[in-house]
Amino acid sequence: MFLFAAAAAPLLPDWVVSLVTIAFANGLVVLGLVVLWRAGLVSFGQALYYCIGAYAVALTARWTGFTDAFALVVIGGVAAGLVAVLIGFLLARYREIFFAMLSLALSMILYGVLVKTESLGSTDGFSVATPTFFGYAPHREALGLALYWLTLGVDAIGAVLIGVYFRSVAGALAAPIRDNEIRVEFLGVSVTSIIHTKVVVAGILGGLGGALAALAIGHVDPNMAYWTTSGGFVFVTILAGAGSVAAAFVGSLVFEGVRSFAFDVMPQLWQMTLGSVLLLTILFLPDGLGSVVARLKRRGEAKS
Amino acid sequence: MKRHCGGGAANRGLTPAVPPSNSSGFAVLTASAILTDGLVYAAYLFIVAIGLTLIFGVMKILNVAHGSFYAFGAYGAATAVGIYTNGDWPAAAGFLFMILMGMAVGLVLGIILERGILRLVYGKDEVIIVLVTYAVFLILEDVIVLIWGPQSYAAYQPMVSAGNTEIGELVLSNYDIVLVAIAALLAGLAYWALKFTRYGRLLTTVIFDRETAAAFGVNVTLVYTATFIIGAMLGALGGAVMAPKIAVTLGIGVEVIVLAFAVVAIGGMGSIEGALVGALIVGICRAAAVHLVPQIELFVIYGVMALVLVVRPYGLFVRAQPRKI
Amino acid sequence: MSHRKTLTRWVLAGLAVTAAAVPAQAQQPPAAAPIKLGIVSFLTGPAASPFGIPGRNGAEIVIEALNTGKAPAPFNTVGFGGTKIEAKYVDETGSAANVVTEFRNLVQRDQVDAVVGYISSGSCLAVTPVAEELKVLTVFYDCGTPRIFEEKPRNYVFRVSPHATMDNVAAARYLLAKKKGVTSYSGINQNYAWGQDSWRDFVGAMKVLAPNVTSDKVLFPKLFAGEYGAEVSTLLTSKSQALHTSFFDGDLEGFVYQEQARGLDKRMTIIMTTGEAAIWRLRDKLADGTIIGGRGANGPLARDTEINRWFQKIYTDRYNLPPTYPAYQMAQSLFGLKLAYEKAAKAGAKPTADEIATAFKGIEFDGPAGHVKMAIGDGHQGITETAYGTYRFNKQKKEPEIVDIVRFPAECVNPPAGIDADKWIAEGMKGAKCN
Repeated sequence: MFLFAAAAAPLLPDWVVSLVTIAFANGLVVLGLVVLWRAGLVSFGQALYYCIGAYAVALTARWTGFTDAFALVVIGGVAAGLVAVLIGFLLARYREIFFAMLSLALSMILYGVLVKTESLGSTDGFSVATPTFFGYAPHREALGLALYWLTLGVDAIGAVLIGVYFRSVAGALAAPIRDNEIRVEFLGVSVTSIIHTKVVVAGILGGLGGALAALAIGHVDPNMAYWTTSGGFVFVTILAGAGSVAAAFVGSLVFEGVRSFAFDVMPQLWQMTLGSVLLLTILFLPDGLGSVVARLKRRGEAKS
Repeated sequence: MKRHCGGGAANRGLTPAVPPSNSSGFAVLTASAILTDGLVYAAYLFIVAIGLTLIFGVMKILNVAHGSFYAFGAYGAATAVGIYTNGDWPAAAGFLFMILMGMAVGLVLGIILERGILRLVYGKDEVIIVLVTYAVFLILEDVIVLIWGPQSYAAYQPMVSAGNTEIGELVLSNYDIVLVAIAALLAGLAYWALKFTRYGRLLTTVIFDRETAAAFGVNVTLVYTATFIIGAMLGALGGAVMAPKIAVTLGIGVEVIVLAFAVVAIGGMGSIEGALVGALIVGICRAAAVHLVPQIELFVIYGVMALVLVVRPYGLFVRAQPRKI
Repeated sequence: MSHRKTLTRWVLAGLAVTAAAVPAQAQQPPAAAPIKLGIVSFLTGPAASPFGIPGRNGAEIVIEALNTGKAPAPFNTVGFGGTKIEAKYVDETGSAANVVTEFRNLVQRDQVDAVVGYISSGSCLAVTPVAEELKVLTVFYDCGTPRIFEEKPRNYVFRVSPHATMDNVAAARYLLAKKKGVTSYSGINQNYAWGQDSWRDFVGAMKVLAPNVTSDKVLFPKLFAGEYGAEVSTLLTSKSQALHTSFFDGDLEGFVYQEQARGLDKRMTIIMTTGEAAIWRLRDKLADGTIIGGRGANGPLARDTEINRWFQKIYTDRYNLPPTYPAYQMAQSLFGLKLAYEKAAKAGAKPTADEIATAFKGIEFDGPAGHVKMAIGDGHQGITETAYGTYRFNKQKKEPEIVDIVRFPAECVNPPAGIDADKWIAEGMKGAKCN
């Protein structure tokens, strides 16, 4: 899928490239949520890592003048990952709604700190310097394409790695953990440490997504840590379903597309349009869009 | 721990009017102000949160659309106030009308949502249901625009006609006192209803263990429907009583959702006492922050929530569920 | 498993998704291609009713008037330079990502010739680098942060409306002129960039103009909090004689109702830097004696000129409410753009963005809110005079009025060219030319 998307890029109009870049950056965060959701956990605070990744990129560029895109994205992921490791110790003990609420509280605390920090522009945020790619400094359409391919590249790597994880023992334990943790403990596995790992994985993915988004949008602000941002990611997760890795990205793309469409067609009633789409999806596609893809795949397999 | 912030000696009403420049007089004044402000804010939080905790406790649904009930209640109240001011009704009758209108709006909305949409998703994963309520919330935000338009409405007449009271150096709005009274009344009613009415006791059993209650022949579906509608009415009531204080405009539902969630998380899902205590803690801490350390006001509610959850992961009043093997 | 079949599925899915993202092709406009403007403001959410909708209405009514050629001179050519204008209205709501995406959609998908809009300073800051990158002429009409032209020189971004520093410096001057006995002041502002910047500028100006006057209670409630009981109590315990607030409509109204019920305005004079937008709704609920600002000489603070009367008439006739300052700001922005366009257009050919930008720099004109000079920010940022007044509700006519108006010349309350607003205030507002 990524190859197709990468190849299609030069043919698509600029605004689609930009929209897809942002959608795919968000898709990484959604992938992190899928990892957690498979274990029965919903985080309402992924915006925390998204924001950390974004600000890490923006601040590095601002304070050190270093603008290499690859390095910045890695820095974003690492920064978010470190925070996830720390927070994970606390968060891994909670389940269900309390996991969600605690993660929300933590992301809102970051939001509050950033709003109070007037030197970073408070709620206005500040711009991210234009990224360079190993010294090459593209402009306009070329920059858009470069960011697009970078995002696709990171997404592809992430998708492959997560796919491997899902097929591994730790990944396969997700469903059992969701269904009945205690029995998994009886198997001699530490559920808390597995969940801790998942929190860290989701955190890193969130940070990478935030870093890419910061480069694509060119601007960071505390709103990236607000609970409605987290809510948006969760929205897409349910839309996409936990079925497959690709679903996260397709779901994100569809969401961005529908939102843009709603803005364009019903500028004063776009919330209703978006809400209706979600509602219809939930009612008629309870396993998310991923299930549509899976069904098509299965039909294809059955025929051949 | 945050529970002991603010507070202090509260000699409200007993101190003569000491000018604030006297430092101990000022301290007492500030302390009394914190207490009264805390109570008023707590009343607001409790009225808003009680519907949410009820719905969660019984149906295990975290209803994001609760913000919409609040907003609809407020808009309904604004319309009611418009009607009675044009008709020149006496203030008390108008106030009652406003409350009834708010609750009526909640009733209608609750019925439509529960029968129309919620019923379709009952068996599903809790997260799915939360998302359904979120989708409904988005849709309802724009329904408000369709019904009432994008402009803001004013419903201040009840608050203004209530006047104010001076206690020493403090000036309190009588409407705020009414709010506290309503919250106390609601708390008392809820407690009495849960303990002494048949429906209340059914509710308690369903909250405690849905399956066993069903096994005993309790009509859980009916309980669900009734609970959701009552929760909706309470949410709308919250909006209706707050309408005279605020500008009734787009987006008021959004702010309220997080506040209500935080209070319910602190107190424990499904616990009315929890919502009460949670509201009081947040209210007083916030008031203290505003008076003493205004910089942290933004964090207070999240900080309290995080702290409470760290110490009591299921909220203050809910015991850890026994783990089912 | 057939890889080709899977690939086919994905290609189809991808195409479907891309098709969904592209809206149905609108009919192509007829022969003489109109000038397309993207107009962006808050159409939903709490900022819609006080700012977004009046801004949008201002655009709609002015564009209509321009398209019929009925505006007063020098704006009486049809549209821009004889070509009609077609406007597309977009909602500003959403995260920075959404705002930037919608901006790109306007420019690259809808192919607008220029974008006029933006209320939130966050949006303006996010859009600026994109506008510069895409080389599209963009006029910000309402956002208040001075940072846009102070951070870097810009080529394609302009702002006709003065930034918010002017509002708070003038507020300080007015307060000190009208309440000579002030010894202490307090502030209640929303806890985000707009509120923080407004307070900082006000305090800075007060320190320069009256160093002995101190600040007492400094309150920053959450944006859209709505409930201010604790804040009102805190202020009631203060000895300040004046209260500064940059609250706007929803929060402002709620605050006014709540403080009125407890008599706060009897203890201190309230200065509302954006109060003008709210007077038509607050009416007799706003206490007499409140100091009102309008982000410029807008609405009742505007001078009685022919163009102002014309603008008030066409707006009020259509929307049943007098225009408030966002509508004025939008009108001024459109007039500025029009003049720049016409200055750049040579012999009927459509000017390029570069040519319009060059023409726009340093332009001067008279609009409904008075005289504008694009004097700072390297010719990209406008300055105008401003005015503050005192509110009075006329009980006989049952109409709001602003009396005791004091006008401050543009160079008195705006920083001069070449110096950042913050620095200018901190260094004593040197070079201010007040009468």
